Amino acid sequence: MKYLMTTAAVFCATAAWAETPVLTVYAGDYFTSEWGPGPKIEAGFEEICNCDLEFSTGDLVPRLLLEGERTKADVVIGLTTDVTAKARATGLFSPHGQDNSALTLPIAWEDDTFLPFNYGHTAFIYNEETTATPPASFEELLALPDDVKIVIQDPRTSISGLALVLWIDAVYGEKAAEAWEALAPKILTVTKDWSSSYGLFTDGEADMVLSYTTSPAYHMFAEDDFTKKAAIFPEGHYFMAETVGKIAATDQPELADAFMAYVMSTDFQTLIPTANWSLPSALPQDAWPEGWSELPLPEKVLFYSETEAAEVQGQAIETWRATLSQ
Amino acid sequence: MARNPQPIRTSAFAAPFAAGIVIVMILAALGAVASRADGAVRFGPADWAALRFTLWQALLSALFSVVFAIPVARALARRRFRGRGLLVTLLGAPFILPVIVAVMGILSVFGRTGWVSQALALLGFEPLSIYGLEGVLIAHVFFNMPLATRLLVQGWSAVPAEQFRLVGQLGLPPTVVFRTVEWPVLRQVVPGAFALIFVICLTSFAVALTLGGGPRATTIELAIYQAFRFEFDLGRAAALSLVQLAVAGGAALLALWILPPLVMQAGRDRSPQRWDARTLTVRALDCFWIVLAAAFLLLPLVAVLQAGVFGLFKMPPLVWSAALTSIWVAIFSTVLLIALALPIAASLAHRKRGGLESVTLLGLAASPLMIGTGWFILIHPYADPQVFALPVTAAVNTLMALPFAVRILLPGLRQAFTDYGRLSGALGLHGVALWRIVLIPRIRPQLGFAAGLTAALSVGDLGVVTLFANPEFATLPLQMYRLMGSYRTDAAAGAALLLLALALAMFWMCDAWGRRHAAG
Repeated sequence: MKYLMTTAAVFCATAAWAETPVLTVYAGDYFTSEWGPGPKIEAGFEEICNCDLEFSTGDLVPRLLLEGERTKADVVIGLTTDVTAKARATGLFSPHGQDNSALTLPIAWEDDTFLPFNYGHTAFIYNEETTATPPASFEELLALPDDVKIVIQDPRTSISGLALVLWIDAVYGEKAAEAWEALAPKILTVTKDWSSSYGLFTDGEADMVLSYTTSPAYHMFAEDDFTKKAAIFPEGHYFMAETVGKIAATDQPELADAFMAYVMSTDFQTLIPTANWSLPSALPQDAWPEGWSELPLPEKVLFYSETEAAEVQGQAIETWRATLSQ
Repeated sequence: MARNPQPIRTSAFAAPFAAGIVIVMILAALGAVASRADGAVRFGPADWAALRFTLWQALLSALFSVVFAIPVARALARRRFRGRGLLVTLLGAPFILPVIVAVMGILSVFGRTGWVSQALALLGFEPLSIYGLEGVLIAHVFFNMPLATRLLVQGWSAVPAEQFRLVGQLGLPPTVVFRTVEWPVLRQVVPGAFALIFVICLTSFAVALTLGGGPRATTIELAIYQAFRFEFDLGRAAALSLVQLAVAGGAALLALWILPPLVMQAGRDRSPQRWDARTLTVRALDCFWIVLAAAFLLLPLVAVLQAGVFGLFKMPPLVWSAALTSIWVAIFSTVLLIALALPIAASLAHRKRGGLESVTLLGLAASPLMIGTGWFILIHPYADPQVFALPVTAAVNTLMALPFAVRILLPGLRQAFTDYGRLSGALGLHGVALWRIVLIPRIRPQLGFAAGLTAALSVGDLGVVTLFANPEFATLPLQMYRLMGSYRTDAAAGAALLLLALALAMFWMCDAWGRRHAAG
């Protein structure tokens, strides 16, 4: 019913205000579902822009590469830090025009093309009811008995899986292969994407899962479940962010700029935590929604720039593949 | 008879045309992808390892599926019991489950903390560990054994009842019955079923990786996915797709080469009374196989049911509208399937060997990502590909179901041509009238089964919709994955259950339409 009404509303809107300018925003697939951040962002922006924000979902980078100059997108939201290099290489984007110094990220952000709108870190999540003594460091994780089973994602098919191999590379460098060897017997299996891994963990098939430092927040705030915890390691955690970029050839440059400014606004930033289950990129911790600042977060944050990541990525994945294939 | 007369023809053009559509859909996509390639394609040692693993697991999966299916099909073919129809329908369910749901179901039963492991723990044994080749095989047999069983049961029911009455009267021992009556049937059905399952397993990827326990279980399809979605190396993606098509084509040709020439016998359509299988040992053995197969296939489904019941109430309303979208996609796929499968099957039925059959197998071996990306490239200069997301999804689903449908329809059509071909020819029946009066009524059970399978597959398949999904019209599997991707595991389990119920209902409706007639 609600769906019918939405469709009807869309039709009426198109008919009645045909001149209303439309801002086309390409977004990742999860974004526009009614429980994703999309609808709230759309409502929030339309309130101030006197325009119609239309989301178009799909695989972002493949789609932009296929469409090239003919893309309909004005703005692209949801480009993760591991694909910004490819997105930049398309030459389709123009500077974001916002002040990077307003960001509250745990790392220095110097990119003037892609603007982060949220962030998180890789982390291993455990259930404190079944894991009484969680590892307090990466070293302790590697030293866990082999019957503790961990499920991870494939770095060749998943961004979190890729972040893990970069994480281990950043912590262990030359000794990454040894770290993987120590981890290998504990790895229950490797899945194609994050969802399957997380499903195996919530079903109790695995003791720990590679996920994000913000994962416990969903269980805490949406389910009142305080048993899921992220193991925080002093060696540091790998940083991941999602960014938004402006298409240079947009036919709505003012609207696109207005949207970039909206991304940095308190309105936008305060809806990110519970709509996206991640941390806001430009909001001081004391302004986070209630309970969020108590979430355990790492002191040390690791991150490879695009160029560094491009250098180590191939070898890091090969080390993972070779070690785990034995 | 010196030569085999061909008294009737369905249509000289329909079959090449239908086969042509299949070839064009695949080759145009492949060509489009390859045209956007830049740079040379290199295959590294990891790719060769992936190819070896892909072939090996597909071979073993096909082997185990068929070998397990033989005693089960034999038992089902010669036993009549209460609930048999329902059991046969339910046994088709694994085949239509979305892979991720099936994996969760399998792990609830055979996983480290699954029911079997829990039972073993009570008896003081170590928990089961299935991750590795054995896990891949369990999953692939779970998916495909039911299909092999259905094809074999069909083969058995093609044996005229008179033959079984004869061997019963003669009091022949089971081994002799097997050699003289049943083995010829197996020889007709097994190579085709084997090739079909081999090709399905070639393109396995998420299942193989998850249950295979890691990168040892890397398949070619994973490399294709990586090339398309992560490296965006279209040249590599096209080359890998070509390797996959070549292997599948090779398997299809091999199967056709092994397939013996057909010998059809006419009977009087009596339901066979199995006078030859009345002894207690035979009954006990049949019972054992049926119970074993039912437990293996139905327990994971029970797990899906158990996980999903609570989630049904947590599902956002959007899931219901997605279900409606999926029903439309399924209907479209099924209609398209019937239009393609009937002429191809009819044309094959005239021949003793058919190259067209290998064409249909290609549809199964073509990576959906390749077809989706290819058609995106083709459509984009002229129209918004998002508008075509659902038709392309439906068409890809049809391509995937086509080889099954052709396999299913073929024996019935052959029989119909053998029994009524000359009469129809003498009466001058052809074209639509021939289909309506003679052929469709004769193959109604098979047509119902094939249509049901397609509808169910189409409901459950994620297909190519992820590449350019229209946010307004998500399909049910897509909504399920979205729920899973945003921590809503319970709601996702509910959506999975809805999906299973929907797929089974569509399958059952079509299948029942076919079988209702068969009983009369």
